[in-house]
Amino acid sequence: MPQYAVIIYERVPVPELPPEIMEAHGALPDRIAEAGGRVIAGLAVGPGSTATAIRDELITDGPFVETKEEMGGLFIIEARDLDHAISLAKMTPIAEGGVDVRPLTGFEVLEDG
Amino acid sequence: MLAATVRVTRDLDLAEESVQDAYVQALESWNRDGIPERPGAWLTTTARRRALNALARGRTLRSKLPMLIEPEPERDREADRPAEEEESIPDDRLRLIFCCCNPALAREARLALTLRYVCGIATDDIAHMFLVPKATLAARLTRAKKKIAAAGIPFSVPPAEELAGRVDAVLTVIHLLVTTAHSDPSGDQLTRADLGEPSLDLARMLNRLLPEERETAGMLALALIHHSRRDTRTDESGSLILLREQDRTRWDPDEIAEADRLIVEALRAGPPGRFTLQAAIASIHAHAPSHEQTDWPQIVVLYDELRKVWPTPVIDLNRAVAVSMVEDPEAGLTEIERIESAGRLDEYPYLHAAKAELLTRAGRPEEAADSYRRAIALTGNTAEREHLAGRLAELER
Repeated sequence: MPQYAVIIYERVPVPELPPEIMEAHGALPDRIAEAGGRVIAGLAVGPGSTATAIRDELITDGPFVETKEEMGGLFIIEARDLDHAISLAKMTPIAEGGVDVRPLTGFEVLEDG
Repeated sequence: MLAATVRVTRDLDLAEESVQDAYVQALESWNRDGIPERPGAWLTTTARRRALNALARGRTLRSKLPMLIEPEPERDREADRPAEEEESIPDDRLRLIFCCCNPALAREARLALTLRYVCGIATDDIAHMFLVPKATLAARLTRAKKKIAAAGIPFSVPPAEELAGRVDAVLTVIHLLVTTAHSDPSGDQLTRADLGEPSLDLARMLNRLLPEERETAGMLALALIHHSRRDTRTDESGSLILLREQDRTRWDPDEIAEADRLIVEALRAGPPGRFTLQAAIASIHAHAPSHEQTDWPQIVVLYDELRKVWPTPVIDLNRAVAVSMVEDPEAGLTEIERIESAGRLDEYPYLHAAKAELLTRAGRPEEAADSYRRAIALTGNTAEREHLAGRLAELER
């Protein structure tokens, strides 16, 4: 099955997300599996206030792109096609924001020798 | 035929070439051996064989071809059964429609893909209809096809639980074509009559393919009524003629009668959706002997229903105009002021045009002139702008 990245954009910084949202994130892989998809990986990143941007030699405080909704993390799913991927991505628990669904064109995990 | 071939090739471009090849082959072979018993099936089978041969030849190239569907079809069986194929064509066509109207594609791309691949209109002609350079339209199609392939937009009919929403997405594309056909937002001519035929054909096709979806009947009824007025929207010089001033005797009675049957059918089947309600409103206009003698109270009732299923400020605006006919211009103006105070439709030329009209009727010419000026500044259509300028000139006389 093709793979998709579901990128989460939240107005609420990840550490401040309400507990029910966090719980729902925990339950997401099972819900996606029930709907015929599969979660392959999930990543969460710290808030933009902890980010450092590097442009050429210039190092600045803050995220590379400043937006009201911050990229909070992403997960990688397997789905039959884009319609299926969208129906799975709709299950993402969101406090205030949304997600971006993109076809995954590469995914590599390098393990320790 | 294209749809049936795409199912095998999973590639719109290759399918198109194969279909063209099949026609060429038909000319040669039918001249020699006579016309086969089932010409349609013969052509489809030939197009598919051509496509399969091309695929086999280009197996190494295949990774470069945009794939439209996942599962590999069973080739030999598929290619050798013309009778079965003919039956499966409606399904293929439906798959193609759902693929081209997938909401994951940009609106312009959906319109262009549908006209190109479902209606089979040449790229040049579509570019002409939308008043964009051919290169722009070709690029739009290419980008969309790339997304279909790269993002995995399926060539399939959505599952039952999603069907209603996706049918709505398809109907929205047809509705856009229908409305663009009678009022081009940026063109010089008001009527893009060229779009009228394909959008009506498309509505007809969808209603035939999905007869159990009530809104497909509503959409077809709406397309029919719009189409029935095609000859009366502009005068010889291309100037706009308002609904109230159109020659109602020249509206096509057969199309209106067909629309009425569809509306009644849809209303009997259950609570009406937005297209059926819009068709019902259009039908009341179609049967009114004149603008003044229109059943405006019934139109207000229908707009109230429409507001429940499709609450948009444009519906509120249309309702306000109907209210002004039932009560008086001031009542309509009160409604329009409510829309304005909500900060909606400020840039919408038709709001200011409607307001100018009501202010004129209410005997407030100075304010009406201001609203006409605002509408003129906002509209992008030359025919509409000239019409509004004419109204303004009458006021200032």
